[in-house]
Amino acid sequence: MSLAEERQRKTSARNGWLLSAPALILLTLAASGPLLVVLVYSFLEKGQYGNVLWDFSTDGWTGILFSRDIFDDTLKLADAHLTIFWRSVKLSFLTTIITFLLGFPTAWFIATRTPAHRAIWLFLITIPFWTNLLIRTFAIGEILRSEGLINTALIRLGIIDQPIQMLYNDGAVLVGMAYVYLPLMVLPLYSAIERFDMRLLEAGYDLFASRMQVLRHIILPIVKPGIIAGSILVFVPSLGAYVTPRILGGGKNMMIGNFIELQFGQGRNWPLGAALSMTLLVVVTVALLFYVRTLGKGGSGGGHG
Amino acid sequence: MKEDIAVTAESVVKSFGHGAAAVRALDTVSAAIRKGEFFTLLGPSGCGKTTLLRLIAGFETPTSGRILLGADDVTDLPPNRRPVNTVFQSYALFPHLTVRENVGFALKMLGRPASQISARTAEMLALVKLEELADRATAQLSGGQQQRVALARALAPQPKVLLLDEPLSALDLKLRKEMQVELKRLQQETGITFVFVTHDQEEALTMSDRIGVMSNGKLQQVASPREIYTAPVNRFVADFIGETNFLPVTLVKEGARLGSGEIVAAEGKGGVLTIRPEQVNVVRADKAGAIGARVENLIYFGTDMHVHMRLGDGAALVARMPLPPGGDGGLAPGDAVGVTFAKGAARLIEE
Repeated sequence: MSLAEERQRKTSARNGWLLSAPALILLTLAASGPLLVVLVYSFLEKGQYGNVLWDFSTDGWTGILFSRDIFDDTLKLADAHLTIFWRSVKLSFLTTIITFLLGFPTAWFIATRTPAHRAIWLFLITIPFWTNLLIRTFAIGEILRSEGLINTALIRLGIIDQPIQMLYNDGAVLVGMAYVYLPLMVLPLYSAIERFDMRLLEAGYDLFASRMQVLRHIILPIVKPGIIAGSILVFVPSLGAYVTPRILGGGKNMMIGNFIELQFGQGRNWPLGAALSMTLLVVVTVALLFYVRTLGKGGSGGGHG
Repeated sequence: MKEDIAVTAESVVKSFGHGAAAVRALDTVSAAIRKGEFFTLLGPSGCGKTTLLRLIAGFETPTSGRILLGADDVTDLPPNRRPVNTVFQSYALFPHLTVRENVGFALKMLGRPASQISARTAEMLALVKLEELADRATAQLSGGQQQRVALARALAPQPKVLLLDEPLSALDLKLRKEMQVELKRLQQETGITFVFVTHDQEEALTMSDRIGVMSNGKLQQVASPREIYTAPVNRFVADFIGETNFLPVTLVKEGARLGSGEIVAAEGKGGVLTIRPEQVNVVRADKAGAIGARVENLIYFGTDMHVHMRLGDGAALVARMPLPPGGDGGLAPGDAVGVTFAKGAARLIEE
């Protein structure tokens, strides 16, 4: 390469950076600014009426796992908090599993239609997005409640004589979250399956693989990038879910999102809320890195070049 | 005699679609493929040859009729329970597995112990000369190398029959010639019955022990390459394999009478006389017994020359004659010449 070419290349690279600088600066500030505020707040003293006092304190962080005894001022493990964390992780994990079990056959079905029909099915999948999440969640509640669709039908049919309590428990939250996040699982799965070479199925059967073996050794490894993408898109927002557990879980079955909201509202403990938010961020990041590392091994190169 | 048969198709019919829109891809095909032979299904695209292969593999079930492997009726067995493996036209290698894992796939699915799988895989990779590429991803291989992986993968479980669906069509000419030799070597070394599908008549003639020529869902003729070439049973086979002349004739006591009146000796039966261009001799017009003709055109092929002629009744006839280097055979367009047929080469066939 000649010197002139080298210089020209450098100039064009610098121009590229300069041109994108405004957008990059804006994005950096918009992404890190609010996070910085949350981080700083988590190390401040809580105020009497919400807000914060500008004194350094680690009470927000210790408050995540421990609560102070009102009588002797000793620290005790806060069982209630741990229950909330555990419920959040458990429900998010189950939501991911359920959406995968429902979403995979759905995505497979769509991807194996003719191209014209695929567009229609994909369009149908996106219809729920047209309605407000709050309204859809209330609609689910309407189906599940004691005088709701399911109970009414079961009573009319004479299968039960007392309504079953289906609302305001973990099951209701799970149903709601699976419903809300299902499309986020279907779409990445669809795009992975659509690229899958169906001729590999015949090759698999020809080489003595049973249906289950074809699924396990051929289909799943090859569409793995889609499974990873779908799981992330479902798991992460599930962990921070707020509306669904609030409406379908009632007041008692809180998830982290509701717990954080509580600190900024009635709880009047902004430093704890901020520390919880930061914890959630770190947990999600670590979980993602771990997930992509272990599941993504060799799998991301599976698609056709 | 029955023990020598690897694959039997018994009156196999395969229709796609229903009612009036149904298409008969295979129309009552019966065939017996012998153990250890290189059998080629040859025909133009859409003739049903790939459908027959897919029926043997188990990817399709016949509308009626039976498929037997050896003495076993496998008509209703799924492909994973038939001792048959396929080399696909697209190779269909698993993109998420290495070359070694691809070759060992079938044995792994059969639950064979790891030591046996690795030994057999190594043996197969040596057979197709790919040892040093064993741990590559298949996407990093050239077309010819992918072809070898596909072969090794299909041969690894030691199938009773190996099915090859136009496996050479994606390769360039030079590679295709190499692979033809390679395939023949593999077939002889392994002793496995090969059923090979192609539309390339030259490929079929050079590699096969026997050829089944197909058209319109029917098996037209099953015979050795030599017999297919020298004694085609009908016009389709004669036309599809190599180049040939067709002359309308009427049968008389002494032989077949051409439109121009001459009578020639011919074997077979039917209303059309067929003669290969290289069996047509161009002689002096006044030679005794020669058929009168007029040269229309001369086409040079280096060592060969095609002489396009018309007989007395206007029927077209092509002769192929070897040329001495630099010579032109002393012919020119418009010359009146005589034509004789090599002894026993003219055959009568059905229209």
